[in-house]
Amino acid sequence: MSLWTEHLVIAPVVVPLAAGALLLLYDERRRKLKAAIGLASLAVQLGAAVALLARATTIPAQVYALGDWPAPFGIVLVADRLSAMMLLLAAVLGIAALVFSLARWHRAGPRFHSLVQFLLMGLNGAFLTGDLFNLFVFFELMLVASYALALHGSGTARVRESLHYIVINLTASLFFLIGAALLYGVTGTLNMADLAMRIPQVPAEDRVLVEVGAAILAIAFLVKAAMWPLGFWLPSTYAAAAAPAAAMFSILSKVGVYAVLRLWLLLFGGAAGAELLLYGGMATIAYGVSGMLAAQTLGRLAGFNLIVSSGTLLAAIGAGQAAATGAALYYLLVSTLGSAAFFLLIELVERARTPGADVLAVTAAAFGVGDEETEPEEETGVAIPATMALLGLSFACCALLAAGLPPLPGFLAKFALLAALLAPDPVPGVAWALLVLLTLSGLAAVVAMGRSGVRIFWGTTTSPPPRVRLIEMAPVAALLALCLALTVAAGPAMNYLNDTARALYAPGGYIESVLTP
Amino acid sequence: MELIVALGIGVLAGCGVWLVLRPRTFQVVIGLSLFSYAVNLLIFIMGWVRGGRAPIVGTSAPVDVASFTDPLPQALVLTAIVISFATTALLLVVLLAARGLTGTDHVDGREPEE
Repeated sequence: MSLWTEHLVIAPVVVPLAAGALLLLYDERRRKLKAAIGLASLAVQLGAAVALLARATTIPAQVYALGDWPAPFGIVLVADRLSAMMLLLAAVLGIAALVFSLARWHRAGPRFHSLVQFLLMGLNGAFLTGDLFNLFVFFELMLVASYALALHGSGTARVRESLHYIVINLTASLFFLIGAALLYGVTGTLNMADLAMRIPQVPAEDRVLVEVGAAILAIAFLVKAAMWPLGFWLPSTYAAAAAPAAAMFSILSKVGVYAVLRLWLLLFGGAAGAELLLYGGMATIAYGVSGMLAAQTLGRLAGFNLIVSSGTLLAAIGAGQAAATGAALYYLLVSTLGSAAFFLLIELVERARTPGADVLAVTAAAFGVGDEETEPEEETGVAIPATMALLGLSFACCALLAAGLPPLPGFLAKFALLAALLAPDPVPGVAWALLVLLTLSGLAAVVAMGRSGVRIFWGTTTSPPPRVRLIEMAPVAALLALCLALTVAAGPAMNYLNDTARALYAPGGYIESVLTP
Repeated sequence: MELIVALGIGVLAGCGVWLVLRPRTFQVVIGLSLFSYAVNLLIFIMGWVRGGRAPIVGTSAPVDVASFTDPLPQALVLTAIVISFATTALLLVVLLAARGLTGTDHVDGREPEE
């Protein structure tokens, strides 16, 4: 038993790697088998994440030394509260996206199932690793899988946007390397806990090198988190991506936020550059809001919505209080689930207006996937009664989540955030500015999404209601139900997240767990 | 020696950045390659420029650490080279796909209007 719990930490990396490699061996036509392997791997990852989460509440950090090399010399995987929570979120999103794709999207291009597994491996590894260079490697794994998923389904728009996406992320990765090299050159270590110990001891003349290195590293993370002015690539790339891929991508930008949160608080205790995060986050909110109001298509609307949530997170983290960070983590959970549901929903809604199946059929033909004759029932499916009503309800839920209105947890998240920001006795002026911005962003979300919703669901249209299969509706409903569950269980969730935030602000337990074998 | 390496990195990075900002996809690919060479060199010399020293510590005691060069940057740079090689190959495939689908090698997929 103890052997299992000991090796549990590496399971979220090894399981998708093995499953992804295994899936490569099977022919594309054995779809049911591939789907079963993919889902089984995700179920194991979900189980591992839940087990790690349960254990993270009892000890500060579970450390796994790869090859049993002790911490500052070998590479370690560390599962603390934050990592466990992000692992769980990744597994949930993975399951939702995979189930959604089983209706049709997994046939739109080759090796979809393997790519999903490799993407999850990179994500899980990035959340778990305790080594800066290892973080780079997992970032690259995740990004390479995401490049291929962004291209999934092919088509001119996807290829064009992917080209931009790949070039920007490759450049950001090079910045990551420069930052890591500078930090290593000065401190002589890449282990994050060891870095946290050594940075305060850096002599004053080398201090500037450490700060430059950290700033360059932050650029790499903020490109991923799409902070203004580094995030112009996001809306068009995500709008062009296939729906399940876009849903998975909604956690990709949170990886940047995760890395900022982890490294900034661990290495600098949240002291250096807080204003930059705060004001940068506020500028990002403003940019995202204007984008939402100007967006012509639902895909771009969802992309800008993601930018607003990134900006809110960065601003809340930049406020530099444990309570605000706890609320930000709650917002992270809610906004990721909400935007993933929205990306999935968009595809179903768009089907009513422009038959997206045409594009899909073209790409399926281009890839020579032509054995639909064998299973004709699957292609047509059974239309759910009152499809439009269900879609409309889900759309309204997504709008409420984005706008932060009760009874969905977007409201609780923003409320907790503002309560934390306005708690200091002389309330700082910037907190008032953030309050105004957050309120305005909610209003803009209502306006933008209400406008689209009215046009789609209440407009007089002659086109027949979209044919939506249960397997496509279920993941959207499940993600929204999870959001609802987060409202009901807001108390325990907030307790967990506040403890997480406090542990991030007092990383002594984390450092000690890593460095003492 | 340090000056020559530093100037080399600077020239490579400068050319790389300029080419990345050019409008043709092939220029962007070459620019990214040059930029990644510069970054790889930067990682490599983070263990400082020391000629004629092995990165492997022998078993014969006593060991004088100062007479060996740091092996870690060499391991890091190998990883970085492999990753940038693989991603460049992927980017080339996307470049060709974009060229085929849009009929132009402009990064935006269409020629700028005169």
